[in-house]
Amino acid sequence: MTAEALICSDRDLYLPQPATVVSKTVLTATETLFEIRLDSGEELKHMPGQFVEVTVPGVGEAPISVSSSPDRKDGFELVVRRAGRVTSAMHDRRCGEKLGIRGPFGTHYPVDGVMRGRDIVFIAGGIGLAPLRSAIHWVLNHRQDYGKVTVLYGTKSPAERLFLDELSDWSCRPDVTFMETVDRADANWKGNVGVITKLIPTAGIDAARTVVAACGPPIMYKFVIVSLYAIDVMDESIYVSLERRMKCGIGKCGHCQINGLYACTDGPVFNHADILRVQEAI
Amino acid sequence: MSPKKLSLPTMNDWVAALIREHRVFGPQAKGDRFAYDLLGCAADLRLDHDVTILPPRKYLMPPTEVLITFTRSGKFESVMEGEPLVLFGVHPYDVAAIAQMDRYFTQDHADSHYLARRKKVTIVACDVQSASENVFAACMGTATVPDGFDVLLTLVGETYVVESRTAAGDALLALAGVLEDADAVSLGRREQLWMDAQKLLRRQNLRCRVEDLPGLLDRSYEHPAWRQKSELCFSCGSCVMVCPSCFCFDVQDEVGWDLVSGERRRQWDGCLLTQFACVAGGHNFRRLREERYRHRFYRKGKYLHDRCGFVACVGCGRCAAACTSGIASPVALYNSLLEDQ
Repeated sequence: MTAEALICSDRDLYLPQPATVVSKTVLTATETLFEIRLDSGEELKHMPGQFVEVTVPGVGEAPISVSSSPDRKDGFELVVRRAGRVTSAMHDRRCGEKLGIRGPFGTHYPVDGVMRGRDIVFIAGGIGLAPLRSAIHWVLNHRQDYGKVTVLYGTKSPAERLFLDELSDWSCRPDVTFMETVDRADANWKGNVGVITKLIPTAGIDAARTVVAACGPPIMYKFVIVSLYAIDVMDESIYVSLERRMKCGIGKCGHCQINGLYACTDGPVFNHADILRVQEAI
Repeated sequence: MSPKKLSLPTMNDWVAALIREHRVFGPQAKGDRFAYDLLGCAADLRLDHDVTILPPRKYLMPPTEVLITFTRSGKFESVMEGEPLVLFGVHPYDVAAIAQMDRYFTQDHADSHYLARRKKVTIVACDVQSASENVFAACMGTATVPDGFDVLLTLVGETYVVESRTAAGDALLALAGVLEDADAVSLGRREQLWMDAQKLLRRQNLRCRVEDLPGLLDRSYEHPAWRQKSELCFSCGSCVMVCPSCFCFDVQDEVGWDLVSGERRRQWDGCLLTQFACVAGGHNFRRLREERYRHRFYRKGKYLHDRCGFVACVGCGRCAAACTSGIASPVALYNSLLEDQ
C-alpha cells in the first residue's frame, strides 16, 4: 500500500456518538421536532443545510437535516417525518432515550459566504422548511449582515404547515417579508391558495441583489427555477438542497449518487449553476 | 530483490511452506470453474486458472462485515475485522482492481475498516497462463501490471520467475530457501510473455482505447443502446456482485438474540438492484432498468474516472460470464456506442 493510503485511517467515520432525546414536540400528524444533545457535551458544529446520520440502535440509520441554527449552543433540533423504518422508530423514542449521531455531513447554504450582504429569498416547500429553518434562524440572528429577507413557504394543505408560532412571528416582523400558500385550502384557511411559484412574481425580488436558498421536492424546483428565471435571477444565485439515500455520509457507499456527484459530500446543498447539466439532479 | 528462479518442485515446496506458516488463499478448481479459497495443500493451487468466479475482493471487502457493535441503550463500539492472510496467484487485472479499491477507500475520507483488512493482506500475483473467453484485460491496460503486488510469479517454460517488491514479499520468499537469480534467458522469456499477454488477454476486443471511454460516455447519455440492452435486464445484480471494481455497499443493523445488543453490518449492494436509489417514502431516483443499467456504466467508465482517475473496469469479463441475459459485456456495450459515433 502507498504511504498516502496509510494516513488518518484510525478514525472510524462509521462510529456514531451517543446522544439523548431532550424533548419532542409534535408539529403535524407526521412530523415531530426532536431536541437532541450529544452525550459528550460537545456542540454539533454544523452549518445550515448540513445533515446528520441518526441511529436508532437496532433499527438503523437515516440522514436528517439539522433544523436549528448553529447559534443555538445547547443541543440541536431535527424535524423527523415518519416515513420509513428508522424515522418511525425515532418517533417511538421517548425523552431521555438514546440515539446515535454521525456528522454533520455535506455542504451548507453559504450564509457565511456569498449570502452575506445580499438580499435573501428563502423558498421552502413542505418539509423543506426544516433544513431551511436553520439558515433562516441564522440570518435573522445576524440580521444586520444581510439585505432584504424574504421567506416564501408552500405546503399541500394547512394541516402540513410546520412551526406555526415562527410563521406568525416572521409575518409580523418588519424586517422580514413572509408569504405563504397552500395547494388546497380547508374551511378555515384564509390565505393564498395555489402553488408556490405564484408568490415569486409578487414578492418584490431584486434579482441582481438576491441569493435564493430553496428546499423542497424535486418537482417544486423544476417550477420554481422557471419562475426565478422569469424575474432574471441567475443560476449562480440559486442554491438548492437535494435529497437522496445518503447511507454512509462520506462518499463511499454509492447510494446517493446524482450522476457523478455525491449528495452526501458534494451536496446536499448545490449551486444551481453546478447542476444545470447534471441530468439526474432535478 | 532481484528476480529469482523457482523450479516447479521448489515452487511446490514453497507453497507448502507458506501454507504451514500463513493463511493462504488461492484459486482452486470448483466444478468446471475456479474459485479463491483457503489452501489446504499445495496441490490444490491452480495457477493455470483462467478466471475465478468471484474476484479476491471478497477478502478485502467481504460480502458482509461488522462495522460497529451497539447496545439498544446507546453504546457504540468500532469493530476492526481482518486477520493476516496471503492472496496467492492473483491475476494482474485483479491486482489492478485492488489498487483501484485502495485509491477509492483512501481518497477524501479514509475508510478505516477497509484499511484494517487491507494492511494485513500480502499479494502474490501471477501472470496469466490461460485466458478466459470473456477477458479483455489487454484493452483496459491490465494484462500485466508493473506494481500493486508484493510478489510476482511468471511461468516461463518449466520454471517460474519470481520477483519480490516489498519487505512482506521478501519475508514470504525467504520460506523458499536460497534461490538462484533468474538468468537472462528466463528474464527475456518473461518479457516476451508480457508482450504476448497483450494478445492473449484480448479475447474480446474493445474498439477504442481505455482513455477514450470517459469521452465516449460523455457523448452517449441518450444513446438507444441503453434502452435496447436494459430491456433484457432482470435487475439481478450478478454483474455487480462478480465485479472486482464495484465497491458499493448497504448498511444494516442486526439485533442479537438477547434483544439488547447487536451489530451494524455492511454488505455488498449494487446499483443495478431495484431498491438501490430508493428513499424513505418510496420515491426511487432510478426507477427504470434503463436508468440503472446506464448508471453502472457511467459510474465505472466516467464518474469514478473523473473523481479518482481510473476507469473502474479491469477487463476480467466476469460480468459478461455472470449475466443471464447476455447484456453485461462492457466490450459489447462500448462497441455499440462507438458504432454510431
